[in-house]
Amino acid sequence: MYFTQQYNLFLIGISVLLIGLASCSESFRNEKAISFSQDVKPILNKHCLACHGGIKKSGEYSLLFEDEALGIAESGTRVILPGDSRNSEFIKRIIHKDPDTRMPLDAPPLSQQEISTLTRWIDQGAKWEKHWAYIPPNSSISPTKMDNKWVKNDLDYFILNQLQHHDLSPSQEANRNTLIRRLSLDLIGLPPTPKEVDTFINDTSPDAYEKLLDQLLASPHFGERWAAMWLDLARYADTKGYEKDPYRNIWRFRDWVIQAFNEDMPFDQFTIEQLAGDLLSTPTQDQLIATAFHRNTMTNTEGGTEDEEFRVAAIIDRVNTTMEVWQGTTMSCVQCHSHPYDPFRHEEYYETFAFFNNTQDADLDNEIPNLAVYPEETINEIEALFEDIQKMEPSINIDQTASIPTQIKQAIFPRLHPNFCDDFHNVQFHGGRWLSNWTFRVQAGEQGKFYFKFDNIDINGLEAISYTWSSTGSDATIECRLDSIAGTKINSLKCAATKPPGLKHLWQDKFKTQRIRISQNEKKLLSGKHDLIFEIVNTTGKIPEGIILLSEIELHYKNQKPANASLKKVRQNLIDTRKGLTYSPIMKEKSAAFARKTQVFERGNFLTKGKKVKPNVPDELPSLPKNEPANRLAFAKWLVSKENPLTARVIVNRFWEQIFGTGLVETLEDFGTQGMKPSHPELLDYLALRFMNEHKWSVKALLREIMLSATYRQSSESTALKLEKDPYNLLLSRGARYRLSAEQIRDQALVVSGLLHDTIGGKSVMPPQPEGIWQSVYSGEKWVTPNDHSRYRRGLYTFWKRTSPYPSMMSFDSPSREVCVSRRIRTNTPLQALVTMNDPVFVEAAQALGKEMKENGKGNVDLGIKIGYKIALGKEVDKSTLTILKRLYENAEIELSQPKAIETSNPEKEPEFPMTPMTVVANAILNLDSFVMRE
Amino acid sequence: MTKSKNIFQEAREAKAKLNTRRHFLKTCTTGLGAMAFASILGCNLSDKQASNFQNPLLNLDGILPHFAPRAKRVIYLHMAGSPSQLELFDYKPTLNKLHDQPCPPSLLAGKRFAFISGVPQMLGHQATFNQYGESGAWVSNRLPYFSKVVDEVCFLKAVHTDEFNHAPAQLFMMSGSPRLGRPSIGSWVSYGLGSENENLPGYVVLVSGGRVPSAGKSLWGSGFLPSLYQGVQCRSEGDPVLYVSNPKGMSRDLRKQTIDAINQINQKEYETFKDPEILTRIAQYEMAFKMQMSVPDAMDISKEPAHIHQMYGTEPGKTSFANNCLLARRLAEEGVRFIQLFHWGWDSHGAGASEALNKGFLDRCKEVDQPMSALLLDLKQRGLLEDTLVVWGGEFGRTPMKENRSGLDNPFVGRDHHTDAFTMWMAGGGIKSGLTFGKTDEIGYHGIEGKVHVHDLQATVLHTLGLNHEKLTYPFQGRDFRLTDVSGTVVKDILA
Repeated sequence: MYFTQQYNLFLIGISVLLIGLASCSESFRNEKAISFSQDVKPILNKHCLACHGGIKKSGEYSLLFEDEALGIAESGTRVILPGDSRNSEFIKRIIHKDPDTRMPLDAPPLSQQEISTLTRWIDQGAKWEKHWAYIPPNSSISPTKMDNKWVKNDLDYFILNQLQHHDLSPSQEANRNTLIRRLSLDLIGLPPTPKEVDTFINDTSPDAYEKLLDQLLASPHFGERWAAMWLDLARYADTKGYEKDPYRNIWRFRDWVIQAFNEDMPFDQFTIEQLAGDLLSTPTQDQLIATAFHRNTMTNTEGGTEDEEFRVAAIIDRVNTTMEVWQGTTMSCVQCHSHPYDPFRHEEYYETFAFFNNTQDADLDNEIPNLAVYPEETINEIEALFEDIQKMEPSINIDQTASIPTQIKQAIFPRLHPNFCDDFHNVQFHGGRWLSNWTFRVQAGEQGKFYFKFDNIDINGLEAISYTWSSTGSDATIECRLDSIAGTKINSLKCAATKPPGLKHLWQDKFKTQRIRISQNEKKLLSGKHDLIFEIVNTTGKIPEGIILLSEIELHYKNQKPANASLKKVRQNLIDTRKGLTYSPIMKEKSAAFARKTQVFERGNFLTKGKKVKPNVPDELPSLPKNEPANRLAFAKWLVSKENPLTARVIVNRFWEQIFGTGLVETLEDFGTQGMKPSHPELLDYLALRFMNEHKWSVKALLREIMLSATYRQSSESTALKLEKDPYNLLLSRGARYRLSAEQIRDQALVVSGLLHDTIGGKSVMPPQPEGIWQSVYSGEKWVTPNDHSRYRRGLYTFWKRTSPYPSMMSFDSPSREVCVSRRIRTNTPLQALVTMNDPVFVEAAQALGKEMKENGKGNVDLGIKIGYKIALGKEVDKSTLTILKRLYENAEIELSQPKAIETSNPEKEPEFPMTPMTVVANAILNLDSFVMRE
Repeated sequence: MTKSKNIFQEAREAKAKLNTRRHFLKTCTTGLGAMAFASILGCNLSDKQASNFQNPLLNLDGILPHFAPRAKRVIYLHMAGSPSQLELFDYKPTLNKLHDQPCPPSLLAGKRFAFISGVPQMLGHQATFNQYGESGAWVSNRLPYFSKVVDEVCFLKAVHTDEFNHAPAQLFMMSGSPRLGRPSIGSWVSYGLGSENENLPGYVVLVSGGRVPSAGKSLWGSGFLPSLYQGVQCRSEGDPVLYVSNPKGMSRDLRKQTIDAINQINQKEYETFKDPEILTRIAQYEMAFKMQMSVPDAMDISKEPAHIHQMYGTEPGKTSFANNCLLARRLAEEGVRFIQLFHWGWDSHGAGASEALNKGFLDRCKEVDQPMSALLLDLKQRGLLEDTLVVWGGEFGRTPMKENRSGLDNPFVGRDHHTDAFTMWMAGGGIKSGLTFGKTDEIGYHGIEGKVHVHDLQATVLHTLGLNHEKLTYPFQGRDFRLTDVSGTVVKDILA
């Protein structure tokens, strides 16, 4: 009995213990560590930050930054008490019974699960965490390997792990026809020829695939394909945007991008040259052209627009674009207020802005600063003139390694041509001939000052300065100062009228030259080398009286031999060598003396200037190295430094998306808390680290590694199971299948019809486009299609007018390139069908292909169709497709033999060849789903 | 309170899903039988790339009419370049008295003008005014036809904008932002409501005046919305929609046979790849075929009876604002959701004859007066005005001062750009008729009553269509964007 009792008690004891254990394990499970980033932040973003974030801070309380969230609100309460959810106002308010008190206000209460997550997070100490993208990747990351025959390289383990986790298996390798078309379209943007297909299929060597891959990586068309991607990010276009949207001569930048990809320029260098090539020591012409990346911002040439307003708009675009392209960060949100969701403060926007705010460009119509590019024959002419000058005056020092404009500057010294000035403020340049203080509203400039300068000029023995000007009034004075706008005045000229008053005389030349001696007093100040600053002072701000045109300044030195007539003439010839000269906009930094101050724009309004800021990077990101001056170059280097691996993540993801159709982070443009989380975070980090460390930023090496993987080589065929478990193929259980880009669709049609003219680079071209598409205001520019091979160039070279983009490309989702676009959303519309069926470009392609099919079929319709299908799709036609196409051929034959045939005809452009049954078949082939898709 | 909202939301979502499905079944009748919901998403739209995060149709489920609409469609008549309200609608006797007197400095302090500099002179009306209709609305002698239909119209006398240059102001009016890259109002509406007609684009743009407006095609661009939602420019000359006609020698029958062959092969492709995108493509080729028939039909005004041509002053085969007005009515009948007309040439600075209030402006008035009045009457007699909203206006107004470009006299009479007060009018679906709303000061310089900001106007247009402008959003660059940016209030006083 006793025993039994004991036993019972024991049993009870055991049960209690078991219950205890059970509840303990329950609470153990509850106590699983809550991750701020994974679990808490999404709840805050969804329900709280709209009122307690970067825009509004209701009750003086925000949940955006740790110090604010854990700080004290307006009410004096500490809202979150780490470790004590029960007494935390934060929890009290979300579970409150009174709907007027309960958070979120005027919205349904949080779910039990959300409340529980937040409660446990506070109880566990309310630990704050950085967002995943701002935490550096673990440098020892490596895949969990397993024994699997499918795997080709380490990448595949990351994919396979996830697939197995979801009970999915990968797909087998696609057949060789598919592989060569896939590789070819992905790497060079063009389909393979039937001969290339056969060579690959018949290549029995074990490394046939690698050989093909390497061959395509080395193709000169590689750069064209990848430039097409980069140009969306660079918002490259052939026009300036806004109202008149006139021509911009910036195609050299496009060619620079092509060449950089072809040469496999390391991506860090690629970055630095584009963002700050001008700040490198003695930049090459190519490095200057690279800086046009940020000269692709728009310039407003509409009459009556405030240049400063649109200069600021351009800088804002540069900040937003840079942060989106390299950091996957949506900085544009921070223009007007702190970021609503991500940890960036309003002020930090302007600190980043300050890096970009110091370039010389100022929304001027002629887009100065420009790179002057001389045609070959002019260069020869100029060099001959240099020789003449050296012969006449050996003391003149011309540095033959310098750029041509610099050499000209040296050759004409001590003449100073305003067009060659080193920096300027608020002045306007006119056709390279003269400079003026005409800036639309003379009085509108910042502080109403107009000036320009020449750097580093020896003023020992300077006796006089002469000025050549033209003016309708006598309201302006030119003053020469040393080193800064507030520097010592050494010389000045009151400009008298040189022509009758009135606006209609303003632009007449009527120049006059006057020599002003430097006074004895002023002479005492002259020694050494200085920057000479010339300011045009006008007292009344009247138009046109206050405006002068200034064509030349000449310095006169003691004991200087006056230039003889022939030297004068040669120098003038040199200044006049503008024949065929083209200007391409580039970046140039303002000199320290002319540097702009950056102030916060309150609520994003450029007229409401707040606190002054210095250039700096946002606190959430790694800090800028202390030992270098904080300028654009330092910023560019910081972007690609080892300390800032976010760049490598963002960039690797961009390349991945181009190949797989979807990024590892689907929102290429946003790695912040509102973006998507990576589907394979470890793979992303692994690739980012390898891109920087192993591949040394080589894009080709990165692509090669990805394309060698079994993941990449999978067949795109799907099964019901895969469709159900992974409808969008985010887990990559099969090969990616997606529609070709606008450029690829055009290029492919041109290749398979044999029409493509594959020259690389040069000015943009105007292939056929329907009449009446271009109707820009105040612009005589016209769309003219020459009757030569330029109508068959790759889509990348099609003239890109922002306000009137090429219609067929727009139909296939190409952007208008007004702003940076990270990914094109692919649509599928009837207008696209109309393009590939009826656009004369595609009709011409069908006709050329049809002709080829007819000729090579030698009267055999089956053979003709087989040939055409293989040219277009890189594979043999299957029997049932052949039957369908043959039936179409036969119907077309009957239809076309009837006289009534012409029911509708295209009024835009009569095709060159008549419609034949084979053209009809070719037209069908060029419209097949498998033709416009890449699998 | 909160609970009832939830039920309402649920009901709306259920309805939206049903509509989407119905819409799909109607559009994509391809005879392919059962299709997964995933393919519905692919129907109009795009492939899986735009999957769960930014699939606009997924968004669409939640934003179909927020409340009962009063208008089903919009005809928006934009007068590019901005007509002078002071020569058309805003009668100010005081301005006539001040004619030729120097502008008081108080009006100039702190103002930014495009071209005026120094001290300009005041410019009296370059037209005479009278009151018309039962409503007694003021209209100038420049618009004799229009003066007869004023009782159909609601005038907004004190509209104001933020932008004083054409391109930014037009963008501001059409997309809610002065910079390029935002979706146009028509794109927002198509995105929110879809199309009523399966065989015509849901958003059609018609341009006259020989030029596209300053800001170009961005005015009907879809910005960051998928390109599906951009306006389709229809033309009176050449292809009515680009590439809608078959190439020479390709008859309609032969085109049908070609599409059949393409679709048969594509269907086989689908069986291999199971990619729903292929089904979409099949449907879109059928749709393209239907458009080839319906677009030229809708765009062909030659079959309209003589009295209609007389009413509008149309001449078939030409590009004119009159033809476009008649086309607008035809497209409205066909159920096109958003029809936008741009007529260029209203920038009356006076720097040249074509832009003078006493020359080019008169021609522009003649070009629009009869057809826009006819449009209102024609819509009314067909019962379409009840659920069609008509909007008329420029991108800003014009100054009561005479323009003195660069401080000099212009050879012709003109006015500069003015942002603070200008007149627009609305008519039809959901708007009170015979009303004059808002008032400007005695020289028409500032609004003093009933001021309507551009964002308010946009909010009101969306409201008549049953859309809440604060809820019609799209996520982009980390933010939910909307047409009215961060402001805008529906002008309740003018709602019928």
